[in-house]
Amino acid sequence: MRTGLTDRRTDPGRLPSEPLLTASGLRRSFGRTSALVDASLSLHPGEIVAVMGPSGSGKSTLLHCLAGLVRPDEGRIDYAGTDLTQASDTELSTLRRTEFGFLFQFGQLVPELTCVENVALPLRLGGTPRRRAERTALRWLERLDVADVARKSPGTCSGGQNQRVAAARALVTSPRVVFADEPTGALDSLNGERVIRMLTDTARENGAAVVLVTHEPRVAAYADREVVVRDGRTRDLGGLG
Amino acid sequence: MSLGTTFLGLLEGHPQHGYDLKRAYDEHFATKRPLAYGQVYATLSRLLKNGLVEVEAIEPGAGPERKRYTVTDAGITDVEQWLTRPENPEPYLQSALYTKVILALLTGRPAEQVLDVQRAEHLRRMREFTRRKSQGDLAEQLICDHALFHLEADLRWLELTAARLNDLAGELAS
Repeated sequence: MRTGLTDRRTDPGRLPSEPLLTASGLRRSFGRTSALVDASLSLHPGEIVAVMGPSGSGKSTLLHCLAGLVRPDEGRIDYAGTDLTQASDTELSTLRRTEFGFLFQFGQLVPELTCVENVALPLRLGGTPRRRAERTALRWLERLDVADVARKSPGTCSGGQNQRVAAARALVTSPRVVFADEPTGALDSLNGERVIRMLTDTARENGAAVVLVTHEPRVAAYADREVVVRDGRTRDLGGLG
Repeated sequence: MSLGTTFLGLLEGHPQHGYDLKRAYDEHFATKRPLAYGQVYATLSRLLKNGLVEVEAIEPGAGPERKRYTVTDAGITDVEQWLTRPENPEPYLQSALYTKVILALLTGRPAEQVLDVQRAEHLRRMREFTRRKSQGDLAEQLICDHALFHLEADLRWLELTAARLNDLAGELAS
């Protein structure tokens, strides 16, 4: 597992030609409700793609499918040469721990742990000794400008600080893809802006691709390109302009 | 917004007299005051001169003769190009966008595509301002934020309109 603060900086205007992640023809229903009808998306290494759309359009389900959290009923998802729809639960679990990072709207930090312990957690789960994991975690907290809350509990921090701690945790394993679902949804404009700027800057510096689900156009404007989901169908609006 | 192009779109359904065009325009697009007759005939005369419409028939009436206009292939191309070209994101562009959406629905074109083209253009501009903002000082950031909030308001309107297209089409058909 890669745990260093590597620099895989990617110029978003010059993306490698081979996609890292390609999904096509995704269909997923929950009972009688069709969340995805025909969804497709491709993601290049280091690319930041915003997934937008109205509430209930299927954008979070799309993210969950791409990240191997939910299996689609139909369709194919290729990640670095592997079809995720055919992968075993163990393979998916390993992939999520080593290759992917996650950032959600709220409720993701463990309240019993300090902030630095929260950030170190993915490394500890991968077998990194506690001291080394916390040293790396602290560097990420510094990078996200929240080193001052390292020894505090999430319950005593502000929403903006907690979200930056969560961003540090999403990035601590130097994942190739970060999946962010409404990461600024619970924050005010100023704090939301700070979180998304730090997340996208740090992901770019590290060469991590980001799938960013958001309904906020100002947040989507930090991405290289956007895909719109309506009624479970994707529409690629292009980008890089 | 181009009055001429709107007339061309309205003529696509069927040939019309100047008077019918004015009524159709007032019904769908005149939000403040009805169109003046002088403006209607001046616009038709310009379209005629540019080969975008033709006079299909001249009919005698109680008063002066009435000309029935029809749109030419060049006129239809003009409408196509206008509908697929995004507007420059500026304040008060809604009137042009609203006209495009209504005209697309009236002429059986995909109105969702009109909105998507515009949405892509708005997001492109927002990315530009976001990049400028990340490189600028506080004053520059405030200027960019002002533009970003306005563009975002437009985008929300585009999203809402996209969600209401079916209702809008239903109202126009009734």
